[in-house]
Amino acid sequence: MKVVIMGCGRVGAELAGMLDAGGHRVVIMDTDAYSLRKLPASFRGSPIVGSGLEEEDLKKAEIEDADVFVSATRGDNRNAMACQIAKHIYHVPKVVARIYDPMREEMYHSLGIESVSLTKVVAKLLKEKAEG
Amino acid sequence: MYIVVVGGGQVGYRLAKILLSDGHEVLILEENPDRCEKLIEELGSVVYRGDGCEVVTLESVGTGRADLFVAVADRDEVNLAACQVAKHRFNVPRTVARITDPANEAIFEILGVDVTVCSTQIILSHIEQELPSHPIIPLLKLKGGTLEVVEVKIPPGSRVVGKKLGDFSLPEGSAVLLVIGKNKGPQIPTKETVIEAEDEVVAITNPENEEPIRAILMGR
Repeated sequence: MKVVIMGCGRVGAELAGMLDAGGHRVVIMDTDAYSLRKLPASFRGSPIVGSGLEEEDLKKAEIEDADVFVSATRGDNRNAMACQIAKHIYHVPKVVARIYDPMREEMYHSLGIESVSLTKVVAKLLKEKAEG
Repeated sequence: MYIVVVGGGQVGYRLAKILLSDGHEVLILEENPDRCEKLIEELGSVVYRGDGCEVVTLESVGTGRADLFVAVADRDEVNLAACQVAKHRFNVPRTVARITDPANEAIFEILGVDVTVCSTQIILSHIEQELPSHPIIPLLKLKGGTLEVVEVKIPPGSRVVGKKLGDFSLPEGSAVLLVIGKNKGPQIPTKETVIEAEDEVVAITNPENEEPIRAILMGR
């Protein structure tokens, strides 16, 4: 499976490493070349300096033959827009966004974007710890 | 009308001012506290500090009863998110977004934003108009992209100089809308209108006919 990831922060880099180790073809994009250093030494995929909102950069990532697009930057709006471009312009079969705002997550879900709200996940884990 | 404006920069501020003086009810959403203060000083209590993409914020300013939602923040992704929330969570009947990257027009249209205004494109075409060698200038793309309004400046040696509009024809699906004479000023053309050198001809056409139009109006 080919996966394109936008955003090479801690989450993006970790995810890229995991998917790569699992035998998938991974392309990871970040606008800041420095961020790409977070990738593990064993990473065999393709790091690209560029933005998932830019046509040219997406072509460099050969998004047309991606099976999955994951947007994992810090910005909800950026993640949502990038995923919708991947879905509607490049017809990537599966798109997943990291969304912080749980109420917007609901809306994007209804628009066909799978998403993970860290806010909800973390709050739930903290609740379990606090009560446990 | 009740109009919600996201982004209180230059564009948002000027827009709100015009809308208020036209008697509309206006609310500006702006995140930056200093900017909010300044806007309140200038415009009065029509400013709310908050993120125009957030459901809770939009709820508290009554977006559900807005007739028009205009997103003019300086980042395209913010304007898209704001318009989508307005449309899908609050059923606002009409959404308008400012975009800076012309390439984003397609995705905004697919996602149901009713109108996009691309500031970069507008600035570019204004500058292109001033470039002496530019053959055909796209002035305006009509929604859907099948028709556009273009401008051609007639060079002195052109075949059509001295001819009436009725004496030659443009490709099918194209029409001359306006002839702007150097001395005579803008005129609504008829078949009798005579084309002179240096006239600016404004025509409507589909983009494929740009080249044939150029050949007819500029060819020697």
